[in-house]
Amino acid sequence: MRHRFDVRVGPVGFRIGADWRAPIAQLADLYRDYAKPADGIPDFTVRLTATRPWRRWIRPSVAITGDYTLPEAAPLPLAQGLLAAEMAMNLQMALGWRRHLLLHASVVENNGRALVMTGESGAGKSTLAALLAAQGWRFMGDEFALLDPDTGALHPFPRITSLKNQSVAAMAAIKPDARWGPLLAGTPKGDIRHLVPDASAISAMDVAAVPALLLFPRFGFAAAERSVPASEALVRLTQASTNYTALGEKGFVALTRLIASVPAVAIDYPDGDTALALIQRLMR
Amino acid sequence: MNGAPLLVDALRDPATVAGIGAQGWTALLTVARAEQLIGTLGHRLDGLALPDRVAAILADARASAEEGRRRALWEGEMAWRALAPLGCPVVLLKGTAFVVAGLAAGQGRSIGDCDILVPRERIGDVEAALLAAGWEWVKPDPYDDEYYRRWMHELPPLIHRDRDRMIDVHHTILPLTARIRPDAAALIESSVPLANGLRVLAPDDMIVHAAAHLFADGDLAGGLRNLWDIHCLLEEFGVDSLTARAQHHGLWSAVWRAARLANDLFGTTIPASWQVWDSGDPLVRRRLLARDDWGRPSRPVTRLGFYIRSHWLRMPPAMLARHLWIKWRR
Amino acid sequence: MIYCAPPASALLHQPLDAFTAVFHRSSGITHLLVPPAPQILATLSVEGLSRDALLERLRDEYDLADADPLALTARLDELVAAGLVTQRAARA
Repeated sequence: MRHRFDVRVGPVGFRIGADWRAPIAQLADLYRDYAKPADGIPDFTVRLTATRPWRRWIRPSVAITGDYTLPEAAPLPLAQGLLAAEMAMNLQMALGWRRHLLLHASVVENNGRALVMTGESGAGKSTLAALLAAQGWRFMGDEFALLDPDTGALHPFPRITSLKNQSVAAMAAIKPDARWGPLLAGTPKGDIRHLVPDASAISAMDVAAVPALLLFPRFGFAAAERSVPASEALVRLTQASTNYTALGEKGFVALTRLIASVPAVAIDYPDGDTALALIQRLMR
Repeated sequence: MNGAPLLVDALRDPATVAGIGAQGWTALLTVARAEQLIGTLGHRLDGLALPDRVAAILADARASAEEGRRRALWEGEMAWRALAPLGCPVVLLKGTAFVVAGLAAGQGRSIGDCDILVPRERIGDVEAALLAAGWEWVKPDPYDDEYYRRWMHELPPLIHRDRDRMIDVHHTILPLTARIRPDAAALIESSVPLANGLRVLAPDDMIVHAAAHLFADGDLAGGLRNLWDIHCLLEEFGVDSLTARAQHHGLWSAVWRAARLANDLFGTTIPASWQVWDSGDPLVRRRLLARDDWGRPSRPVTRLGFYIRSHWLRMPPAMLARHLWIKWRR
Repeated sequence: MIYCAPPASALLHQPLDAFTAVFHRSSGITHLLVPPAPQILATLSVEGLSRDALLERLRDEYDLADADPLALTARLDELVAAGLVTQRAARA
């Protein structure tokens, strides 16, 4: 393909090709401090292609494909090519990665202990992870938590984070020196910008951490907290995992061991500061 | 750059991967995934000295194929639990058959739906038993349903409501609208019982079915995997009675072409007298190898030609026009 | 009708709270079971028991609320549909 960018994030190497220069240039800029795939051999290939040959130039439309594809995935306009690339990488992980049990969660670490936050869209896991990172916690990722089925440890997977409007403004105020991707308006997730993890998160992307707390946050409610029983945690985490069934017995053992060894708590919170206070107390 | 020859060479002769370098490995793994052959490649290269990344990726591919095998065995088992009380033969087809029977063609193979063959006169009972045991129709469209039941060689697709896996129930191996009419009753009569009660086709019939599936059934998309199946079956069972059996089903031309191509690409052992090029072979070969080093289908004109051809083979022109018109209006 | 459980090696059990998570190796499916399902599986053997024989054993070994033949049949049907229990005709 005409334009190409290779990058390694944590244990995963990607080869990304596109029919257009712009999304590749944006990726190369935002991921400029990241490593390259080990041995020069990527784990996954992503292709951002024109939906029809003439759509390379006329109302250019980006089809998301690669080693793994969802035929029904809707194409995006070229202006959102960066988002298309990120979604394509998510798709390869979700359908193709099996070296770790994947949980749809954000992960941050402090003093070697990792906090795993999982929940529906809008629950606030990405924003909370970014806020904690701004307070000095190590950012380990906000799309996928990678649980090692043999050791029970979490491996970092710190890609750039997509944040929505209000969160963007809040983060920009807290960390004025942060690097951002372009504003992408009118995406399927609304107006978004991508936040680049700070240098310490990137340089530590091969340093694993032990999980210490499973958190199920819910944004937009009065502050509340309850312990989550093991069976409920199991159901919620299997729903949050794209490869639990693909891993078979290893997945069962890894997930039941995680639940047996790590407490699970659900919190409701009305704003970021309340959440941070709850989290600091729970992680003591 | 064309990527398919890398895959063909690696499967045919694993030693050829020595020294192919990072770009070569990247292309090879991508093409293997695109052709649904990465599990097979993982099996063929198992034990060779490989770069760390490649070894890890292929170990994953083997593990993934193993999970697929387990799921396929289970779907077969659950279909048998639902159908055994009917007392009619239930014959496994394609990938599921290869893994359940422990054949070379099943090693590392990716498996999709569960395909079974049952006698045509029992298909109503089979349908009822599956629906009672938790399978549901996938598509509620009345036109497709009528078309399917009258003309196709299988029931409309069924999916299990709890396990979310599909089963395809065939009563013959080619659509009734196709010009070729294999002997479905003979396929069932010659089928071989397995320990668990299910059956598989006799070896010659497996090869005939694979060749029919490769040429007379589809547009050759995914053809390399089907051709590799045929290579494995021919190597495992040989060709002693194959010609006569294929002629009985009216599929000798397809079987012969498949054997020639398998010999050409994968080095399959076939009689010298069979190694006579037909003028259509180069075009089919070109179609089978239409995959570039990024995993994209290449050679669009060739592919389009085969897509139209596959529909032509399935139904007469007037019907084809009506079918495409109604589908287009959807 | 005789109901049979899979061999012990076919299942992995993980008690959680009121639920028990059970991984069925042949199918790769994870089941969340509540009483009396785990007790039924533990009591049925590979050789199998009739419903009434099972009911007797469950009454003797466990203090179960569902000691009603119709309810037990319903539980057994659920386990059969889930693939965890097989059924065969009683041999004369």
